[in-house]
Amino acid sequence: MQQNIVDKVKNNPKYVELVRSRSLWGWSLSLLVIIIYYGFILVVAFNKELLAQPLYEGTIITVGIPVGVAVIVASFLLTGLYVWRANSKFDDLTKQIKQEIK
Amino acid sequence: MQRIGLFALITTLLLGMATIALGAGGIEGAVEKQSLNISAIVMFFLFVSGTLGITYWAAQRTKTAKDFYAAGGGITGFQNGLAIAGDYMSAASFLGISGMVYMKGYDGLIFSIGWLVGWPIVLFLIAEQLRNLGKYTFADVTSYRLSQKPIRIMAACGSIVTVLLYLIAQMVGAGQLIQLLFGLDYWIAVVLVGVLMIMYVTFGGMLATTWVQIIKAILLLAGATAMAFLVLAKFGFSPDALFRKAVELHPEHNKIMSPGVLVSDPISAISLGLGLMFGTAGLPHILMRFFTVADAKEARKSVFYATGFIGYFYILTFIIGFGAIVLVSQNPHYLVGGDIAKGQLIGGGNMPAIHLAHAVGGDIFLGFISAVAFATILAVVSGLTLAGASAVSHDLYANVFAKGTATEKQEIYVSRIATIILGILAIWLGIQFKGQNVAFMVYLAFTIAASANFPVLFLSIFWKGLTTRGAFIGGFVGLITAVVLVVIGPTVWEEVLMNPKGSAMFQYKYPAIFSMAVAFITIWFFSITDSSARAKQDRDNFDAQNVRCQTGIGAEGASSH
Repeated sequence: MQQNIVDKVKNNPKYVELVRSRSLWGWSLSLLVIIIYYGFILVVAFNKELLAQPLYEGTIITVGIPVGVAVIVASFLLTGLYVWRANSKFDDLTKQIKQEIK
Repeated sequence: MQRIGLFALITTLLLGMATIALGAGGIEGAVEKQSLNISAIVMFFLFVSGTLGITYWAAQRTKTAKDFYAAGGGITGFQNGLAIAGDYMSAASFLGISGMVYMKGYDGLIFSIGWLVGWPIVLFLIAEQLRNLGKYTFADVTSYRLSQKPIRIMAACGSIVTVLLYLIAQMVGAGQLIQLLFGLDYWIAVVLVGVLMIMYVTFGGMLATTWVQIIKAILLLAGATAMAFLVLAKFGFSPDALFRKAVELHPEHNKIMSPGVLVSDPISAISLGLGLMFGTAGLPHILMRFFTVADAKEARKSVFYATGFIGYFYILTFIIGFGAIVLVSQNPHYLVGGDIAKGQLIGGGNMPAIHLAHAVGGDIFLGFISAVAFATILAVVSGLTLAGASAVSHDLYANVFAKGTATEKQEIYVSRIATIILGILAIWLGIQFKGQNVAFMVYLAFTIAASANFPVLFLSIFWKGLTTRGAFIGGFVGLITAVVLVVIGPTVWEEVLMNPKGSAMFQYKYPAIFSMAVAFITIWFFSITDSSARAKQDRDNFDAQNVRCQTGIGAEGASSH
C-alpha cells in the first residue's frame, strides 16, 4: 500500500472512530465471554453444590443444566450482537473511508 | 484433462478395492459379533460416490492457486459457517463427548462448553483481521510486516506439528471405528480414509474439501437432531422424565446431574479452558477457512453461523449421552457378553451414540449414523491435510525456498505432492499408532496451537512492538514448551509411556496456562530488547498493516486475478 494512502486514512477521523469502536466492541465482548466462561468454571471448581441443587421443587433437573446451556446460548448471542454491530456501524464507516480515498 | 482421467482411474480402483474389502469383511464381521450392516454399506457408498462426484466437479474448477487454497474466495458466509462446523465437529467430539456424558453425565457438558467458547473469541479478535490481511494461510498474516523467511518457517512448523498430531488422532479413531462398524481390517480402514482424503484434496483442493465439510455438517446435524428427537419422544418430550430414568439407572445416580471430578483443582480447570479457547483460534485448518470467503463481512457471518451450529450440536450430544444411559446401558445386546452388571460397551467408551442409533432407529438408522461418523472423519482429515500441504507449498516452498518467484502452477504442483506425502505419512502413522492411547494428541494439538500459533498471530495483529526476532524465538519456545510439558506431564509420562504413577516431572495434565505464558513473555522480551534495523522496520510497518487490517483496503478480493 502506498504511504500517501496510509497517511490519508490514518488521519481520517472516521478511521480513528472505526478503530476505536471495533476495539471497544471486540475487547469488551471478549472480556465478557472470558468472564462468563471462567466464572462458570470457577463455580464448578469451588461451589459444586450451587449447581447441584434442583432447579425447582420436585424436579431432578439441577441448576447446573440450564446454566451450562445458558453459557452456550450466550456465546452464540454475543457473536450475533457483534455481527449486528459490525454489519451496521463498522461496514458503514469502512465504506465511507474507502470512498474518501478514491 | 490428464488429471481428470487419472481421477476416474483411481476412483474405479478404489471403489473396486472397497467392494472387495467390504465383501471379505462381511464374513469376518458376521463371525465376530454383529451381522454386517447392509444399510451402513449402502449409505457409505452413497456418500463416497457423492463426494467423489463433487471432487470431479471441483477439479474442473480448480485452476489457480486461489482456487486450490481458498476455493476461489467465493464461498458465502453461511456455507463457510457450515464448513467450519463440519471441520470442527470431529468424530472425537461427536462420539467422545456423547461417550463422556454417558460415563460421567454433567462433566461432559462442561467439557463441550470449553470446545465452544473459543468461537466468540475467534470472531471478536481474529476473523475479520485474518480475512483482511491474509491470502491462503495464517502465516500470510504473521509475516505481513515481519521478515518472511524466519516467520514462515516458524509458522509452518507450528502448522505441520499441529496438523500431524490431529491427523494421527483422527486416523487411529477412524481405523477403530470403521473396523467396528463395517467389519473391515484396521489397516484397510486407515488406507481407505487416507486414499479418499488424498483424492479430495489433490484433485478438488479447497472447493471439494469445503463441500465435503458442508455435506458432512448437514448429515451430522440432521442425524444428531433425529437421534435427540427420538430419545425425547420416548419420554413424552419431558427432559425431566429422561433425566429421572437416567439417574435411576446410572451407577453413580444423582452425581451425573452436577459437576464431578473433571474440574477438581482450579489451575487445571483454567488451563484446560485456556488451551481449548485459544487453541481454537490457532488451528491452521480452521484459520484457513476464513480465506475462502469474499470479505470481512462474510468472515464474521461465518463465525456467527458456525457458533450456532456447534453450540446446538453440543446440546444435542448432551441429550444423546443421557439417552444412551437409559436406552443402551441396560440392553445386553450392546454389552460385552450381554453382561449388564459389568456394563462394558461393545466397541468401548466412544460407542454410546452408535449403539443409541440402533436402539432408537434400528438397522437403517444405525447405518445412517455409521456413515455419518465415517463422513465426519473424512471431512476433518481432508481439512487438516489441506492445511498441512498449504504450509509446505505456500509458506515453505513458495515464500521461503523460491522467495516468491515460483509460478502458481509450480506452487499448486508442490501442494499436490505435499498432500500425497502427508496422506501417506498419515496412513503410516495411523497404522503405527494402532491400539495406542491417542486421545491426548488432540489436546496436545490444541495446546501447541494456543502456545505457538495463537500468540504470534494475535500479537502480530494487535501489538505494534512485535518484531521478527521476538516472534521467531517466542513462537518456537511456545511450541517446544507445550510439547515438553505434555510429554513430562501425567498423561503421556505415566499413561502412555507406562512410567510408574506419580513419577511425572510436571504435575498438571493441561499445561496451556504455563506454555502460553512462557510464549507471550518470551515474545515480549525478545521484541522489546530488539534494536536491530529489522525491528525498526517491523514496528514502522504496523500502521500500514493496521489500515489494511481495519478497512480491508488492498485486501485479497473474491475473484481470481
